[in-house]
Amino acid sequence: MSESIDIINAFALLTNFVILPALSYGSQLALGALAVTLVYSILRFSNFAQGDSMAFGTMLTIIISGYMISRGWTITGVPTALLAIPMALIGMSIYLLTMDRLVYRYYRKIKAKQNIIGITASIGVMFVTGGIVRFVLGASAQRFGDGERFIFSVREFKAFTGLEQGIALKTSQFLTITVAILLVSFLFYFLQRTKTGKAMRAYSDNTELALLSGIDPDKVVRITWLLVALFTTIAGTLYGLDKGFAPQQYHLLLLPIFASVIVGGIGSPIGAIAGAFLVAFSEILLTYAYKKFLIYLLPLSMHPNSLVQLIGTEYKYAISFVILVIVLIIKPTGLFKGKVLDE
Amino acid sequence: MAYLEGNNLVASYGVVPILHECSVGVEKGELAVIVGPNGAGKSTVMRVLLGMLEATSGSVTLDGKDISMLSTQDRINHGLAFVPQTKNVFPSMTVEENLEMGGFIREDDINKTIDEVYELFPILHEKRKQLAMQLSGGQRQQVAFGRAMMTKPSVMLLDEPTAGVSPIVMDEIFSNILDVKKAGMAVLMVEQNAQQALNIADKGYVLVSGRNEHTGTGRDLINDPIVRKKFLGG
Repeated sequence: MSESIDIINAFALLTNFVILPALSYGSQLALGALAVTLVYSILRFSNFAQGDSMAFGTMLTIIISGYMISRGWTITGVPTALLAIPMALIGMSIYLLTMDRLVYRYYRKIKAKQNIIGITASIGVMFVTGGIVRFVLGASAQRFGDGERFIFSVREFKAFTGLEQGIALKTSQFLTITVAILLVSFLFYFLQRTKTGKAMRAYSDNTELALLSGIDPDKVVRITWLLVALFTTIAGTLYGLDKGFAPQQYHLLLLPIFASVIVGGIGSPIGAIAGAFLVAFSEILLTYAYKKFLIYLLPLSMHPNSLVQLIGTEYKYAISFVILVIVLIIKPTGLFKGKVLDE
Repeated sequence: MAYLEGNNLVASYGVVPILHECSVGVEKGELAVIVGPNGAGKSTVMRVLLGMLEATSGSVTLDGKDISMLSTQDRINHGLAFVPQTKNVFPSMTVEENLEMGGFIREDDINKTIDEVYELFPILHEKRKQLAMQLSGGQRQQVAFGRAMMTKPSVMLLDEPTAGVSPIVMDEIFSNILDVKKAGMAVLMVEQNAQQALNIADKGYVLVSGRNEHTGTGRDLINDPIVRKKFLGG
């Protein structure tokens, strides 16, 4: 009897420290990866500014929610950041459209088709964006979540189930997963069912023919940036609610996001989502210390002395790299048959 | 004056002159064919008619109105439709979505036109939920025609519709083109397979180095000994 309880305890432990965190981290990556995929499919470059754009969007949320809190415009239990998102979204849209106007539009105009030119331009935008964020909010880490921290806490869970190990569901995790599902459903509905969404796919599929069919390229580009603003602001805010806000952390997010996109297949939205979860689960599964988990499952004589951690957390970004290398060697088109880079 | 007409067109790519006072025209319900050796400027004529390349001199008229200054976009709004030689479908979209995109600029109900396309090409109705890239070459060409017909154009411009297809598919495509013509459109096409194209053409233009070398009905050109010798292989 106690053995089956041990198994349940072991999996409660795993759910709390691996599955829930990986699901929410994966959702955050997926939203970022979808933004990268949109830019790649329509504007034809890999957007290196994605991580810092997420920081920019989060910065707007932090400023606006701070103002809302100071005016007492809050709803009990709900993170104010969530209420600030619509306003932040407007700011983010303006910022991205301005950047497009100032930087990217020029390269479209001179018909610079190579990915590398867009990449180089976006690296410039990345530094400017990151600079603005550090200038406004500073480079240090901060937390901006308020409201109820848990949907249910470890203690509540333990009291309810009587288990030794508890599972906590953080508000940020719950929000992340729910919002990600909603946003992704919206995106797929938009691309598959609406006239504008289909026009975007057509533009991505065969630009010349799309122009011949009367699809307005400027409108397609505008809508792309609006969608990117939506995904970027929300991904950034959710990540910040979950793990706190630090500009450098956001900057580094570029790696796992690009890994997700390439693993899933460049230009494939489904691939981006699958890739994001693959990267998130690998990162967390490989850096988790399994000692306690194994103590529950193994007989006393086999209990481990060490932490049984495969890779130290400080190496978690290396995992994205390794996954990338493996995929590029074995299946360069990614899991969902995307385009091969350097086309 | 023909329904769609290009008069004394002069055009060049950068400093390389391509067209030297070249003229073509086509009436409604008529099939005109432009043939000639490689590099004669056949496709360039089409690009100029569509406004994808600016002519240095000469004019393009549609139904008597000068459209030389209009953008490609506007010319399509005025009734021109174009089927490029390659990349003429949206490969990762379904047949039906391809047609919908063809009718993108229309504000009215496009379903009737979609049904008309299906009537003309019944196989497309059967495969309407399939991705264009999964179709055979001939079927894909039908999708390309169908897409172009969605704007209810009065003129259809076809750039080498039979390039790289088997003889059987070529016959199929030519018969599709005759169907399109029967629907009342003016059809102007550029063709490599000169003999077969002139056979079904009402009017033919033989272009050499960007100049009109021979002009006449399809039959006249086929029977012309000089044309036969130089362009049709004896």
